[in-house]
Amino acid sequence: MIRVAVIRFPGSNCDADTLRAAEAAGAHAYYIWHRRDHLEDADAVIIPGGFAYGDHLRAGAIARFSPVMPAVEAFARDGGPVLGICNGFQVLCEAGLLPGALVRNAGITFLSRPVRVRVESTDTPFTAQFEPGAILRMPIAHGEGRYVAPSGVIDELEATQRVILRYVGENPNGSMQAIAGVSNQRRNVVGMMPHPERSAFTHLGETSGALVFQSLTRSLEVFEGGAR
Amino acid sequence: MPRPTLLDPQGQTVEHALEALGFRGVGDVRVGKALTFSLEGKGSSREEAEQKVRQMCERLLANPVTEDFVITLREGA
Repeated sequence: MIRVAVIRFPGSNCDADTLRAAEAAGAHAYYIWHRRDHLEDADAVIIPGGFAYGDHLRAGAIARFSPVMPAVEAFARDGGPVLGICNGFQVLCEAGLLPGALVRNAGITFLSRPVRVRVESTDTPFTAQFEPGAILRMPIAHGEGRYVAPSGVIDELEATQRVILRYVGENPNGSMQAIAGVSNQRRNVVGMMPHPERSAFTHLGETSGALVFQSLTRSLEVFEGGAR
Repeated sequence: MPRPTLLDPQGQTVEHALEALGFRGVGDVRVGKALTFSLEGKGSSREEAEQKVRQMCERLLANPVTEDFVITLREGA
């Protein structure tokens, strides 16, 4: 069974939803407390949403130095799939595993509502099961979700199809190029501001987010099957 | 301090508020944050102290993608 580690920091609050969504996609999902220094043979790592360390200093700035992060960084360097959702995306940017930064929404206020995003690349372990260009409705819930990066970095992300999700119809937080999710160069590390785990069950009103987790388990199954 | 090229909505809001209060000629308002702390520096030079604080800024206190920083040292008792 695919083993998915969900990292828990003090202040994580989407951990249980994320664990359930990974389980529903057929994974064995389990929590890893941030004080741990290894990932218990994880096949994939998800850093869930929330307010790790109260978002003090900057969102993700303190979490990025917690004891579990060297293990996550080593796992990512080895090509292991890592997904950061919302606060997890902020942590991955602070850690330098993803380029750019997430700053205060252009409209200043915290936003918590559904938005529409387009899947710009299906060439990642977290989006492989989507139709290219699929438009999804997923909730956002963040105060610091405006994606910014130096213009050279933005150009490179666009040129190499590393913008994974993009807001459509409106740009809720003023992100550069309406970017809602990006990947690293190797495409194994992905960060996104919308919450797929909150749109992964019929009783939540939206199910399209489930494909993020199914993409992961399918990619790993294919990989495991191929290796055997 | 947010980088000059970065949109600073808080700064804009503060600027509008100052304008509304009748303060004329205010422009380029930027909202950043200030951190103050004491640093035990017995036997070390001012340069060493500044170097240490610079490292703190680069590693943790400021995000190099979005923020610039200035360091002000004040010798205490």
